[in-house]
Amino acid sequence: MSDLNTFEQFFYYFSENGSYVFEQFITHFLISIYGVLLAAIVGIPLGILISKYSKLAGFIITIANIIQTIPALALLAILMLGMGLGKSTVIMTVFLYSLLPIIKNTYTGINNINKDLIDSGKGMGMTRLQVLYMIELPLSLSVIIAGIRIALVVAIGITAIGAFIGAGGLGDIIIRGTNATDGTAIILAGAIPTAFMAIITDVLLSFIERKLDPVKRHKKATTPTVQSLTE
Amino acid sequence: MLKIEQLSKVYKGGKKAVDDMNLEIERGEFVAFIGTSGSGKTTAMRMINRMIEPTSGTIYLDGEDLAKKNPVALRRSIGYVIQQIGLMPHMTIRENITLVPKLLKWTKEKKDQTAERLIELVNLPQNYLDLYPLQLSGGQQQRIGVLRALAANQDIILMDEPFGALDPITRDTLQDLMKDLQQRLGKTVIFVTHDMDEAIKLADRICIMHNGQVIQFDTPDNILSNPANEFVREFIGSHRLIQEKPSAKIVDDVMIKPITITSEKSINDAIRLMVKKRVDTLFVVDGQNHLRGYIDVESLTAARHTTTSISEAMEKDVFYVQNGTKLQDSVRRILKRNLKNIPVVDEEKRLVGLVTRANIVDMVYDTIWGDEDTENDGNSNNQEQQTGADEQQN
Repeated sequence: MSDLNTFEQFFYYFSENGSYVFEQFITHFLISIYGVLLAAIVGIPLGILISKYSKLAGFIITIANIIQTIPALALLAILMLGMGLGKSTVIMTVFLYSLLPIIKNTYTGINNINKDLIDSGKGMGMTRLQVLYMIELPLSLSVIIAGIRIALVVAIGITAIGAFIGAGGLGDIIIRGTNATDGTAIILAGAIPTAFMAIITDVLLSFIERKLDPVKRHKKATTPTVQSLTE
Repeated sequence: MLKIEQLSKVYKGGKKAVDDMNLEIERGEFVAFIGTSGSGKTTAMRMINRMIEPTSGTIYLDGEDLAKKNPVALRRSIGYVIQQIGLMPHMTIRENITLVPKLLKWTKEKKDQTAERLIELVNLPQNYLDLYPLQLSGGQQQRIGVLRALAANQDIILMDEPFGALDPITRDTLQDLMKDLQQRLGKTVIFVTHDMDEAIKLADRICIMHNGQVIQFDTPDNILSNPANEFVREFIGSHRLIQEKPSAKIVDDVMIKPITITSEKSINDAIRLMVKKRVDTLFVVDGQNHLRGYIDVESLTAARHTTTSISEAMEKDVFYVQNGTKLQDSVRRILKRNLKNIPVVDEEKRLVGLVTRANIVDMVYDTIWGDEDTENDGNSNNQEQQTGADEQQN
């Protein structure tokens, strides 16, 4: 084994432990997804709420900001005291970290909608709920997705650290590599799939984000050939 | 139909936006609220669909107190057009037009029919229905904005400076369109503007507001001939007061008899008729004298080699005015659109006369030099006429 270079060792590790890496990859991904999903379930309604009651906005966003400033390892340690070792502690950490980008983007997304659209919607006889789901949500969806994208990329990084408290995931492989002598190849076997996961998630979600942007979506569409009679 | 009684709106901090307003608006009337910014005209209008709740006073719609109605149901029954247009960028033109019908839960067939019927009213092609607002020009977007306010058969339409953000030519076209639609469909329109020309052109009655109070509420002619006070006089501007004098005349006074031809005749007949009558334009009419189009020397020479029938060679897109229109309006139209002449039609679009540039020169000549004996300083008057005309051209 020692006569192989790092690159060859890396491939050797993969060919021997492919299914193990894949298993950890899935665990890692699911922990991140669960955390972000929970944060979305809480954060999007909260973002909508504070866009309606602007007095609450400063308070809620400050709290989310404070959570964000705590280092991930410290937050894991604090939560571990209460929740013990294991996956649910990491999911909780991811949840707390994801709140800020999701709340903030929902809030900005809704607040940045042209007020004239809300005015004309209301003036045509939409109820507040109709204004929300016919105008505000469709128009801020791409911004909200952008928030989820940021949250998910951050979450993938945090989950890697979560391996320290026994949550599993690709972080497990990285830690194993750091403990072994000449473990560079093992570290890479954990780190490269982690980076790969983050990049793919980012690309995929920014694609969805662009698809959902009502302005960008229709700008490139071809203009009609038939012209009006008077213009 | 709409009765406003002692309506007041006081904003936080004690600013009186609308102060004891009393108005009565008849069904089918086109009313313009006009005033400087901060005069309360928009606030007054927005209280009609309860986008703003009045501090005191009542508004009655067909005898019913608006405050007792459900605001959402009320707004669905009142059309609403704003300056910023406010089309939903994520909905197609079809969805935008039928937004209120959608709120009222109409069936899909009924919504589609409405959209297809309405888009024809504003001279836009059917395939525009599946486009998105950003693919349309500003003027086209505002046409859709107007349609959206008509889609659910609303009787009253509120318009808040709807054409303020458009270029002058588009604005002029849309004003004509709006006036035509309002008369054809018999809608009651309440229109907020700060442009006096627009108010005079469109409104049946103008309500001049200042500091929240109604200064004068009357027809454009009465306001121009009898301004209530110095403020109104200043607001309408002295040049308009002068302009109004010759325009007491209507097109019927100066129009001449046009030379007409029917569409089944041949091109050669048309040329012969032109030579015989020594004119360069013939108006094409059908058996009942309905105006169908016109044909002039230029289009004749161009079409002579390709076709022999007038119906193919004629220009169908023809600008016209109705009889009874003030002469001033037709002059403005001729100048703005750079037309040679403008036909006059009656209510059923039957051709009754023609106003040409030569007619107008005659008329101007009459007003300036025709009564020189009574007007000592004919020169200065002449100059004022000149500035008036210049402004119109601008």
